[in-house]
Amino acid sequence: MNHNDHDHDHDHDHDHQGDDKVHAYYQILGQALKELLIEKGVVSASEIRTAMERRDTITPANGAKVVARAWVDGDYRARLLHDANSAVAEFGIEMPTTHLVALENTPAVHNVVVCTLCSCYPRDLLGLPPAWYKSKAYRSRVVHSPRAVLHEFGTDLPETVEVRVHDSTADMRYLVIPMRPEGTDGWDEDALRSLITRDTMIGVASI
Amino acid sequence: MRGPHDLGGLDFGPIDPDEHPLTFWEKQIDAIRAVIGAKKIVSTHENRRTIEQLGHDVYDTLNYYERWTAALQRQMIDKGILTQDEIDQRVAEVRQRLLETGEMEVP
Amino acid sequence: MMTCSRYRSGDRVRVRDDYPIGHIRTPVYIRGCEGQVVRYLGHFGNPETLAFCLPTEPRELYKVQFRQVDVWPNYEGSLMDTVELDLYDHWLEGDHSQ
Repeated sequence: MNHNDHDHDHDHDHDHQGDDKVHAYYQILGQALKELLIEKGVVSASEIRTAMERRDTITPANGAKVVARAWVDGDYRARLLHDANSAVAEFGIEMPTTHLVALENTPAVHNVVVCTLCSCYPRDLLGLPPAWYKSKAYRSRVVHSPRAVLHEFGTDLPETVEVRVHDSTADMRYLVIPMRPEGTDGWDEDALRSLITRDTMIGVASI
Repeated sequence: MRGPHDLGGLDFGPIDPDEHPLTFWEKQIDAIRAVIGAKKIVSTHENRRTIEQLGHDVYDTLNYYERWTAALQRQMIDKGILTQDEIDQRVAEVRQRLLETGEMEVP
Repeated sequence: MMTCSRYRSGDRVRVRDDYPIGHIRTPVYIRGCEGQVVRYLGHFGNPETLAFCLPTEPRELYKVQFRQVDVWPNYEGSLMDTVELDLYDHWLEGDHSQ
Protein backbone atom coordinates (compact mmCIF):
# COMPACT_ATOMS: atom_id res chain seq x y z
CA MET A 1 0.00 0.00 0.00
CA ASN A 2 1.46 3.33 -0.97
CA HIS A 3 1.63 5.72 1.87
CA ASN A 4 0.01 8.96 0.92
CA ASP A 5 2.70 11.44 1.77
CA HIS A 6 1.39 14.46 -0.10
CA ASP A 7 -0.64 16.23 2.50
CA HIS A 8 -1.67 18.92 0.12
CA ASP A 9 -4.50 20.26 2.19
CA HIS A 10 -2.83 19.71 5.46
CA ASP A 11 -1.64 22.32 7.94
CA HIS A 12 2.02 22.24 8.71
CA ASP A 13 1.84 23.01 12.39
CA HIS A 14 1.21 19.47 13.57
CA ASP A 15 3.24 16.72 15.13
CA HIS A 16 4.29 15.01 11.92
CA GLN A 17 5.47 11.74 13.39
CA GLY A 18 2.17 11.30 15.15
CA ASP A 19 0.36 12.29 11.98
CA ASP A 20 2.16 9.60 9.96
CA LYS A 21 0.57 7.00 12.18
CA VAL A 22 -2.79 8.65 11.69
CA HIS A 23 -2.44 8.70 7.90
CA ALA A 24 -1.42 5.04 7.88
CA TYR A 25 -4.45 4.19 10.02
CA TYR A 26 -6.87 5.86 7.63
CA GLN A 27 -5.42 4.02 4.65
CA ILE A 28 -6.04 0.77 6.48
CA LEU A 29 -9.47 1.92 7.62
CA GLY A 30 -10.44 2.69 4.03
CA GLN A 31 -9.51 -0.82 2.99
CA ALA A 32 -11.33 -2.33 5.99
CA LEU A 33 -14.52 -0.38 5.26
CA LYS A 34 -14.42 -1.41 1.61
CA GLU A 35 -14.13 -5.09 2.51
CA LEU A 36 -16.88 -4.97 5.11
CA LEU A 37 -19.28 -3.06 2.88
CA ILE A 38 -18.74 -5.56 0.06
CA GLU A 39 -19.21 -8.54 2.37
CA LYS A 40 -22.45 -7.08 3.72
CA GLY A 41 -23.72 -6.45 0.21
CA VAL A 42 -23.97 -2.70 0.75
CA VAL A 43 -21.80 -2.12 -2.31
CA SER A 44 -20.25 -4.59 -4.73
CA ALA A 45 -16.68 -4.79 -5.92
CA SER A 46 -17.85 -4.31 -9.49
CA GLU A 47 -19.80 -1.18 -8.61
CA ILE A 48 -16.66 0.31 -7.08
CA ARG A 49 -14.59 -0.78 -10.07
CA THR A 50 -17.12 0.73 -12.49
CA ALA A 51 -17.21 4.01 -10.58
CA MET A 52 -13.41 4.21 -10.67
CA GLU A 53 -13.34 3.51 -14.39
CA ARG A 54 -16.05 6.04 -15.06
CA ARG A 55 -14.11 8.71 -13.17
CA ASP A 56 -11.04 7.97 -15.24
CA THR A 57 -12.93 8.56 -18.48
CA ILE A 58 -14.00 12.09 -17.51
CA THR A 59 -11.29 14.62 -18.27
CA PRO A 60 -11.17 18.35 -19.06
CA ALA A 61 -11.51 17.32 -22.72
CA ASN A 62 -15.26 17.23 -21.99
CA GLY A 63 -15.27 20.87 -20.99
CA ALA A 64 -13.01 21.81 -23.90
CA LYS A 65 -15.50 20.32 -26.39
CA VAL A 66 -18.24 22.51 -24.94
CA VAL A 67 -16.13 25.67 -24.92
CA ALA A 68 -14.81 25.17 -28.45
CA ARG A 69 -18.36 24.72 -29.73
CA ALA A 70 -19.44 27.88 -27.94
CA TRP A 71 -16.59 29.75 -29.64
CA VAL A 72 -17.56 28.72 -33.16
CA ASP A 73 -21.34 28.53 -32.88
CA GLY A 74 -23.17 31.62 -31.59
CA ASP A 75 -26.47 29.75 -31.22
CA TYR A 76 -24.79 27.07 -29.11
CA ARG A 77 -23.11 29.74 -27.01
CA ALA A 78 -26.50 31.33 -26.35
CA ARG A 79 -27.99 27.96 -25.37
CA LEU A 80 -25.02 27.26 -23.08
CA LEU A 81 -25.41 30.58 -21.29
CA HIS A 82 -29.18 30.17 -20.99
CA ASP A 83 -29.42 26.51 -19.95
CA ALA A 84 -26.04 24.87 -19.58
CA ASN A 85 -27.37 21.44 -18.51
CA SER A 86 -29.28 21.07 -21.79
CA ALA A 87 -26.39 22.46 -23.81
CA VAL A 88 -23.83 19.98 -22.44
CA ALA A 89 -26.35 17.15 -22.82
CA GLU A 90 -25.99 17.74 -26.58
CA PHE A 91 -22.51 16.21 -26.10
CA GLY A 92 -23.92 13.32 -24.08
CA ILE A 93 -22.80 14.86 -20.80
CA GLU A 94 -25.56 14.32 -18.25
CA MET A 95 -25.59 16.14 -14.92
CA PRO A 96 -28.66 14.74 -13.19
CA THR A 97 -28.10 16.06 -9.69
CA THR A 98 -26.35 19.38 -10.20
CA HIS A 99 -27.08 22.50 -12.18
CA LEU A 100 -24.45 23.84 -14.48
CA VAL A 101 -23.97 27.54 -15.08
CA ALA A 102 -21.58 28.76 -17.79
CA LEU A 103 -19.70 31.98 -17.07
CA GLU A 104 -18.44 33.90 -20.04
CA ASN A 105 -15.17 35.82 -19.78
CA THR A 106 -15.23 39.11 -21.68
CA PRO A 107 -12.78 41.99 -22.10
CA ALA A 108 -14.52 43.56 -19.08
CA VAL A 109 -15.05 40.55 -16.76
CA HIS A 110 -12.79 37.67 -15.73
CA ASN A 111 -14.51 34.84 -13.83
CA VAL A 112 -12.84 32.48 -11.37
CA VAL A 113 -14.50 29.61 -9.47
CA VAL A 114 -13.98 28.27 -5.95
CA CYS A 115 -15.85 26.32 -3.29
CA THR A 116 -14.82 27.79 0.05
CA LEU A 117 -16.95 25.33 2.07
CA CYS A 118 -15.96 22.02 0.46
CA SER A 119 -14.85 21.15 -3.07
CA CYS A 120 -17.82 21.62 -5.43
CA TYR A 121 -16.52 21.32 -8.97
CA PRO A 122 -18.02 20.54 -12.39
CA ARG A 123 -16.70 16.97 -12.29
CA ASP A 124 -18.75 15.84 -15.27
CA LEU A 125 -16.96 18.40 -17.43
CA LEU A 126 -13.50 18.61 -15.88
CA GLY A 127 -12.99 15.31 -14.04
CA LEU A 128 -11.83 15.23 -10.44
CA PRO A 129 -10.55 18.55 -9.10
CA PRO A 130 -6.80 19.10 -8.83
CA ALA A 131 -5.26 19.05 -5.35
CA TRP A 132 -4.83 22.82 -5.25
CA TYR A 133 -8.52 23.43 -5.92
CA LYS A 134 -9.36 21.47 -2.74
CA SER A 135 -6.51 23.00 -0.73
CA LYS A 136 -7.04 25.27 2.23
CA ALA A 137 -4.74 27.82 0.60
CA TYR A 138 -6.90 28.24 -2.50
CA ARG A 139 -10.25 27.99 -0.72
CA SER A 140 -9.29 30.50 1.97
CA ARG A 141 -7.55 33.11 -0.19
CA VAL A 142 -9.15 33.33 -3.61
CA VAL A 143 -12.31 35.04 -2.28
CA HIS A 144 -10.46 37.91 -0.63
CA SER A 145 -7.22 38.09 -2.65
CA PRO A 146 -8.22 36.89 -6.12
CA ARG A 147 -5.62 38.96 -7.94
CA ALA A 148 -2.78 37.71 -5.73
CA VAL A 149 -3.95 34.13 -6.25
CA LEU A 150 -4.29 34.62 -10.02
CA HIS A 151 -0.78 36.09 -10.02
CA GLU A 152 0.51 32.86 -8.44
CA PHE A 153 -0.96 31.05 -11.44
CA GLY A 154 0.77 33.51 -13.77
CA THR A 155 -2.39 35.43 -14.57
CA ASP A 156 -2.22 39.21 -14.24
CA LEU A 157 -5.23 41.29 -15.19
CA PRO A 158 -5.46 45.06 -15.55
CA GLU A 159 -7.41 47.10 -12.99
CA THR A 160 -9.93 47.87 -15.70
CA VAL A 161 -11.05 44.22 -15.78
CA GLU A 162 -13.54 43.16 -13.11
CA VAL A 163 -12.39 40.00 -11.38
CA ARG A 164 -15.55 38.10 -10.42
CA VAL A 165 -15.14 35.24 -7.96
CA HIS A 166 -17.89 32.60 -7.85
CA ASP A 167 -18.17 30.71 -4.56
CA SER A 168 -20.10 27.47 -5.27
CA THR A 169 -22.12 27.37 -2.08
CA ALA A 170 -25.16 25.41 -3.31
CA ASP A 171 -26.24 22.98 -6.04
CA MET A 172 -24.83 25.02 -8.92
CA ARG A 173 -21.59 24.08 -10.65
CA TYR A 174 -19.68 26.69 -12.61
CA LEU A 175 -17.76 26.42 -15.87
CA VAL A 176 -15.78 29.37 -17.15
CA ILE A 177 -15.82 30.01 -20.89
CA PRO A 178 -12.42 31.61 -21.49
CA MET A 179 -12.04 34.26 -24.18
CA ARG A 180 -11.15 32.97 -27.60
CA PRO A 181 -7.66 34.21 -28.40
CA GLU A 182 -6.90 36.55 -31.27
CA GLY A 183 -5.55 35.03 -34.43
CA THR A 184 -7.66 31.88 -34.31
CA ASP A 185 -10.14 32.85 -37.00
CA GLY A 186 -10.86 29.94 -39.26
CA TRP A 187 -9.53 27.34 -36.80
CA ASP A 188 -11.69 24.25 -36.58
CA GLU A 189 -13.05 22.94 -33.27
CA ASP A 190 -10.34 20.30 -32.92
CA ALA A 191 -7.61 22.90 -33.17
CA LEU A 192 -9.41 25.24 -30.78
CA ARG A 193 -9.89 22.49 -28.19
CA SER A 194 -6.15 22.08 -27.90
CA LEU A 195 -5.95 25.64 -26.51
CA ILE A 196 -8.54 25.10 -23.78
CA THR A 197 -7.03 23.83 -20.55
CA ARG A 198 -8.64 22.84 -17.28
CA ASP A 199 -7.25 25.89 -15.50
CA THR A 200 -8.80 28.25 -18.06
CA MET A 201 -12.19 26.66 -17.38
CA ILE A 202 -11.73 27.12 -13.61
CA GLY A 203 -10.64 30.68 -14.32
CA VAL A 204 -7.17 30.77 -12.77
CA ALA A 205 -5.59 31.05 -16.22
CA SER A 206 -6.29 32.91 -19.43
CA ILE A 207 -5.47 31.73 -22.93
CA MET B 1 -17.44 31.59 14.83
CA ARG B 2 -16.77 29.20 11.98
CA GLY B 3 -16.75 25.50 11.41
CA PRO B 4 -13.49 23.81 10.40
CA HIS B 5 -14.57 23.74 6.74
CA ASP B 6 -15.60 27.40 6.42
CA LEU B 7 -12.33 28.81 5.10
CA GLY B 8 -13.23 31.86 3.01
CA GLY B 9 -11.29 34.93 4.11
CA LEU B 10 -8.62 33.07 6.09
CA ASP B 11 -5.05 32.83 4.84
CA PHE B 12 -3.42 29.44 4.46
CA GLY B 13 -0.47 30.78 2.50
CA PRO B 14 0.84 30.14 -1.01
CA ILE B 15 -0.89 27.61 -3.22
CA ASP B 16 0.99 24.42 -4.00
CA PRO B 17 0.45 24.11 -7.75
CA ASP B 18 1.67 20.50 -7.95
CA GLU B 19 -0.90 18.19 -9.53
CA HIS B 20 -0.50 15.44 -6.90
CA PRO B 21 -2.23 12.81 -9.04
CA LEU B 22 -4.60 10.67 -7.01
CA THR B 23 -3.31 7.41 -5.62
CA PHE B 24 -5.22 4.18 -6.15
CA TRP B 25 -6.34 4.38 -2.52
CA GLU B 26 -7.79 7.87 -3.03
CA LYS B 27 -9.56 6.88 -6.23
CA GLN B 28 -11.06 3.92 -4.41
CA ILE B 29 -12.45 6.08 -1.60
CA ASP B 30 -13.84 8.48 -4.20
CA ALA B 31 -15.53 5.56 -5.95
CA ILE B 32 -17.00 4.09 -2.74
CA ARG B 33 -18.45 7.50 -1.91
CA ALA B 34 -19.89 7.75 -5.45
CA VAL B 35 -21.60 4.36 -5.11
CA ILE B 36 -22.90 5.09 -1.59
CA GLY B 37 -24.27 8.40 -2.88
CA ALA B 38 -25.83 6.91 -6.02
CA LYS B 39 -27.57 4.26 -3.90
CA LYS B 40 -28.97 7.03 -1.70
CA ILE B 41 -27.44 5.50 1.41
CA VAL B 42 -25.72 8.77 2.31
CA SER B 43 -26.50 12.01 0.46
CA THR B 44 -23.96 14.65 -0.46
CA HIS B 45 -25.53 17.02 2.07
CA GLU B 46 -25.24 14.42 4.80
CA ASN B 47 -21.66 13.64 3.81
CA ARG B 48 -20.68 17.30 4.02
CA ARG B 49 -22.34 17.61 7.40
CA THR B 50 -20.49 14.57 8.75
CA ILE B 51 -17.17 15.97 7.53
CA GLU B 52 -17.86 19.36 9.14
CA GLN B 53 -18.75 17.63 12.40
CA LEU B 54 -15.41 15.83 12.55
CA GLY B 55 -14.23 18.91 14.43
CA HIS B 56 -11.28 21.21 13.90
CA ASP B 57 -8.48 18.90 14.98
CA VAL B 58 -9.59 15.94 12.88
CA TYR B 59 -10.47 18.15 9.90
CA ASP B 60 -7.06 19.86 10.04
CA THR B 61 -5.03 16.70 10.59
CA LEU B 62 -6.59 14.49 7.94
CA ASN B 63 -6.17 15.12 4.26
CA TYR B 64 -9.03 15.23 1.82
CA TYR B 65 -9.86 11.55 1.26
CA GLU B 66 -8.96 10.62 4.82
CA ARG B 67 -11.76 12.96 5.90
CA TRP B 68 -14.09 11.13 3.54
CA THR B 69 -12.98 7.84 5.08
CA ALA B 70 -13.54 9.12 8.61
CA ALA B 71 -16.98 10.36 7.57
CA LEU B 72 -17.84 7.02 5.96
CA GLN B 73 -16.94 5.18 9.16
CA ARG B 74 -19.11 7.53 11.22
CA GLN B 75 -22.06 7.22 8.82
CA MET B 76 -21.93 3.43 8.64
CA ILE B 77 -21.98 3.20 12.43
CA ASP B 78 -24.72 5.84 12.81
CA LYS B 79 -26.91 3.98 10.31
CA GLY B 80 -26.36 0.60 11.98
CA ILE B 81 -24.71 -0.84 8.86
CA LEU B 82 -21.40 -1.57 10.61
CA THR B 83 -20.32 -1.70 14.23
CA GLN B 84 -17.20 -0.21 15.74
CA ASP B 85 -16.16 -3.67 16.91
CA GLU B 86 -16.24 -5.23 13.48
CA ILE B 87 -14.43 -2.25 11.99
CA ASP B 88 -11.72 -2.47 14.66
CA GLN B 89 -11.34 -6.19 14.07
CA ARG B 90 -11.07 -5.75 10.31
CA VAL B 91 -8.55 -2.94 10.68
CA ALA B 92 -6.38 -5.28 12.75
CA GLU B 93 -6.68 -8.00 10.09
CA VAL B 94 -5.85 -5.67 7.23
CA ARG B 95 -2.84 -4.28 9.10
CA GLN B 96 -1.57 -7.81 9.81
CA ARG B 97 -2.07 -8.83 6.18
CA LEU B 98 -0.18 -5.80 4.91
CA LEU B 99 2.69 -6.46 7.32
CA GLU B 100 2.91 -10.08 6.21
CA THR B 101 2.92 -9.24 2.53
CA GLY B 102 5.38 -6.39 3.09
CA GLU B 103 3.02 -3.95 1.42
CA MET B 104 3.12 -1.59 4.35
CA GLU B 105 5.92 -0.25 6.47
CA VAL B 106 5.18 -0.04 10.15
CA PRO B 107 4.78 3.66 10.91
CA MET C 1 -42.19 32.40 -15.85
CA MET C 2 -40.52 32.50 -12.43
CA THR C 3 -42.04 35.88 -11.65
CA CYS C 4 -43.27 34.76 -8.24
CA SER C 5 -39.82 34.60 -6.66
CA ARG C 6 -39.36 36.81 -3.63
CA TYR C 7 -36.50 38.80 -5.16
CA ARG C 8 -35.71 39.85 -8.68
CA SER C 9 -32.45 40.65 -10.42
CA GLY C 10 -31.26 44.05 -9.26
CA ASP C 11 -32.84 43.83 -5.79
CA ARG C 12 -30.58 44.91 -2.94
CA VAL C 13 -30.35 42.32 -0.19
CA ARG C 14 -28.50 41.87 3.08
CA VAL C 15 -27.26 38.52 4.33
CA ARG C 16 -28.49 37.56 7.79
CA ASP C 17 -25.81 38.07 10.41
CA ASP C 18 -26.62 34.95 12.43
CA TYR C 19 -24.42 32.17 13.75
CA PRO C 20 -26.55 29.06 14.26
CA ILE C 21 -25.12 25.59 14.83
CA GLY C 22 -25.80 23.15 12.02
CA HIS C 23 -25.01 22.52 8.37
CA ILE C 24 -24.99 26.07 7.00
CA ARG C 25 -24.14 26.83 3.38
CA THR C 26 -23.84 30.57 3.94
CA PRO C 27 -20.14 31.14 4.64
CA VAL C 28 -19.27 33.24 7.67
CA TYR C 29 -17.38 35.80 5.58
CA ILE C 30 -20.51 36.95 3.76
CA ARG C 31 -22.88 37.22 6.74
CA GLY C 32 -24.05 40.75 7.36
CA CYS C 33 -22.91 41.93 3.92
CA GLU C 34 -25.06 43.81 1.44
CA GLY C 35 -25.25 42.87 -2.21
CA GLN C 36 -27.45 42.64 -5.25
CA VAL C 37 -29.42 39.73 -6.66
CA VAL C 38 -28.10 38.89 -10.14
CA ARG C 39 -30.02 35.72 -10.89
CA TYR C 40 -32.85 33.64 -9.52
CA LEU C 41 -31.63 30.04 -9.64
CA GLY C 42 -34.84 28.17 -8.84
CA HIS C 43 -36.16 26.06 -5.96
CA PHE C 44 -33.94 23.62 -4.11
CA GLY C 45 -34.26 21.44 -1.03
CA ASN C 46 -32.90 23.11 2.05
CA PRO C 47 -29.45 21.61 2.79
CA GLU C 48 -29.81 22.60 6.44
CA THR C 49 -32.45 19.91 6.87
CA LEU C 50 -31.37 17.49 4.10
CA ALA C 51 -28.02 17.16 5.87
CA PHE C 52 -29.86 15.60 8.81
CA CYS C 53 -32.04 13.35 6.60
CA LEU C 54 -35.13 15.34 7.55
CA PRO C 55 -37.96 16.23 5.18
CA THR C 56 -37.51 19.61 3.57
CA GLU C 57 -39.54 22.25 1.80
CA PRO C 58 -38.08 23.81 -1.33
CA ARG C 59 -36.29 27.09 -0.84
CA GLU C 60 -35.61 29.81 -3.38
CA LEU C 61 -31.96 30.07 -4.33
CA TYR C 62 -30.37 33.28 -5.60
CA LYS C 63 -27.05 34.22 -7.09
CA VAL C 64 -26.06 37.32 -5.19
CA GLN C 65 -23.23 39.66 -6.15
CA PHE C 66 -21.17 41.66 -3.65
CA ARG C 67 -18.57 44.34 -4.28
CA GLN C 68 -15.31 43.07 -2.88
CA VAL C 69 -14.68 46.40 -1.16
CA ASP C 70 -17.98 45.92 0.71
CA VAL C 71 -16.93 42.47 1.93
CA TRP C 72 -13.29 43.04 2.89
CA PRO C 73 -12.30 46.31 4.58
CA ASN C 74 -8.71 46.03 3.31
CA TYR C 75 -9.48 44.67 -0.13
CA GLU C 76 -6.49 44.94 -2.44
CA GLY C 77 -7.69 44.96 -6.00
CA SER C 78 -9.94 46.92 -8.29
CA LEU C 79 -12.98 48.77 -7.01
CA MET C 80 -14.90 46.91 -9.70
CA ASP C 81 -14.05 43.43 -8.39
CA THR C 82 -16.95 41.31 -7.16
CA VAL C 83 -17.72 38.01 -5.47
CA GLU C 84 -20.89 36.01 -6.10
CA LEU C 85 -22.45 33.35 -3.88
CA ASP C 86 -25.51 31.12 -4.15
CA LEU C 87 -27.70 31.93 -1.17
CA TYR C 88 -31.05 30.61 0.00
CA ASP C 89 -34.02 32.88 0.49
CA HIS C 90 -34.10 32.44 4.26
CA TRP C 91 -30.58 33.87 4.57
CA LEU C 92 -31.53 37.07 2.76
CA GLU C 93 -33.20 40.21 4.02
CA GLY C 94 -34.35 42.99 1.73
CA ASP C 95 -37.02 45.56 1.16
CA HIS C 96 -38.47 44.06 -2.08
CA SER C 97 -38.66 47.60 -3.41
CA GLN C 98 -39.14 47.34 -7.13
